Amino acid sequence: MDEKVLITGNEAIGEAAIQAGCRFFFGYPITPQNKVPEYLSYRLPQVGGCFVQAESEIAAIYMVFGAAGAGARVLTSSSSPGISLKQEGISYIAAAELPCVIVNVMRAGPGLGGILPSQSDYFQATKGGGHGDYHLLALAPSTIQETVDLMMDAFDLADKYRNPVIVLADGCIGQMMEPVEFKERPSEVFPPKDWAVTGAKNRPRNLLKSLYLDPEKLEQHNLKLHKKYLEMAKNEVRVETYLTEDADIIIAAYGTVARISRTAIKILRKKGIKVGMVRPITVFPFPYETFAEISEKVDNILVVEMSLGQMVEDVKLGVCGRANVHFYGRVGGMVPTYDEIVREIEKIRRSQVS
Amino acid sequence: MMKIAFERPRSMFPVPTHYCPGCGHGIIHRLLGEVIDEFGIREKVVGVAPVGCSVLIYNYIDCDMYEAAHGRAPAIATGCKRVHPDLIVFTYQGDGDLASIGTAEVIHAATRGENITVLFVNNAVYGMTGGQMAPTTLLGQKTTTSPYGRAPKREGYPIRIAEMLATLEGATYIARVSVHSPRAVIAAKRVLKKAFEIQINGLGFSLVEFLSQCPTGWGVSPTEATKWVEEKMIPFFPLGEFKVPKNEKLVK
Repeated sequence: MDEKVLITGNEAIGEAAIQAGCRFFFGYPITPQNKVPEYLSYRLPQVGGCFVQAESEIAAIYMVFGAAGAGARVLTSSSSPGISLKQEGISYIAAAELPCVIVNVMRAGPGLGGILPSQSDYFQATKGGGHGDYHLLALAPSTIQETVDLMMDAFDLADKYRNPVIVLADGCIGQMMEPVEFKERPSEVFPPKDWAVTGAKNRPRNLLKSLYLDPEKLEQHNLKLHKKYLEMAKNEVRVETYLTEDADIIIAAYGTVARISRTAIKILRKKGIKVGMVRPITVFPFPYETFAEISEKVDNILVVEMSLGQMVEDVKLGVCGRANVHFYGRVGGMVPTYDEIVREIEKIRRSQVS
Repeated sequence: MMKIAFERPRSMFPVPTHYCPGCGHGIIHRLLGEVIDEFGIREKVVGVAPVGCSVLIYNYIDCDMYEAAHGRAPAIATGCKRVHPDLIVFTYQGDGDLASIGTAEVIHAATRGENITVLFVNNAVYGMTGGQMAPTTLLGQKTTTSPYGRAPKREGYPIRIAEMLATLEGATYIARVSVHSPRAVIAAKRVLKKAFEIQINGLGFSLVEFLSQCPTGWGVSPTEATKWVEEKMIPFFPLGEFKVPKNEKLVK
């Protein structure tokens, strides 16, 4: 077993990528993710890799397109406004079915917004983000250890599905330090990248494209992509349930907010209020089934987010009217405290009694 | 037995192109095919197609290819070349693509000295979208979005890309040629070959700007279009090599 190291989330993202076999990074500076490119700019040359600081977020994502298309494991990272700029390229990458990993260390928006943590890019990450009918696999870690583990999984999932994977972190995850272990991973066998652009030697040439002028062919292409998303929904949903067995009320939260909710749940349980949590780890595909099941057992679910209500829409789809879905959110870089969450739960409880 | 005097390059598919009569793209594609064949590099060549009329270049050139978004080809080429430095990577871009929406990408690929070759086709108009004003549209030139003729006070001035990129330390070889006459085409091929040679020898960024005719976009006959290149375009976009590596001879 390897030793634990104390490391910031941003640096852990960089190191996990290297441990996962990623040797190419293309990015552009933006707060609060700057430690990711800084770390990789000195680390990648040490392992024979390549770091390029691109002229723009847009150029960075197309360098990712080029490197992914050439068959490499490749990473880019950014924060919210930068991820918006990348959306064009992400759509092209999804359309051309290229595997890559994109990290969003979310900050508050809209517009230039602020540099403090937020979860307001949930819609963008889970519903497509750019133009056209496509999805990313979206992973939402809530500890630095989980960030490391999910980063490594992200590269595997990208290769498995030939699809971009987004790791949806936030400014808290990116900048805080925790002890982590870079675990040895079983070597998996992935399908050969026989579609990659490597020079047409002793084979017909390869072409990576997304233009289909014939609508019947474009529809077929869309249906093929859609089938892949259904496969992901069948195989890749990850969710943690915490103290849900005897719970009367459920909190739904992901990422940083799930950590805070855990503390709130401990406080509430000491007060004799049985609260549990459902924490989506994949936000696309979303654990609708878990919410469907839990809504048979409880009457009230409180969704807590650092947004004004984005994941709550998916929770409602899962619950489908079988329980009351409440919402509490802080925005603008404000992080909800456990006291606030405790108060919200007590409020729900009072309203149910009266 | 008869000797074959002229045939299709091996690196081109045996198909007719979709280009309009009198268009310069077909000529430039052919030059590209010949250069790839003459260096014997088809199995090592990767192309990046642009958005515009020549997006379908991959239907004509038989090598591994990417299709880029508008303007982004040099960034894709960068990603590919960094992964496989041994491949020969080219982008093929029009004037709207390279000189407008993709200005940043080409400037920074050049200044980083990416060891790639850019074929820049300047026909002073957005061809595929129906003849709108391009960054290289000449003063006074009428297009579907400069119907009164390009006026500096209203639409600004055309951009001379070759001259601009030649100011960059990172660029190795920058030249402008034309394909409006047989003589010009022969000279253009020599320059294109030089650009690929620069890349093959690992010397860095090379770009060849081709002045090319677009009779449909300009609303003239193919013959008039070649005259227009000679009389209007070349005076504003002079032909020549604007940057050559030290110790290298000029092509002419």
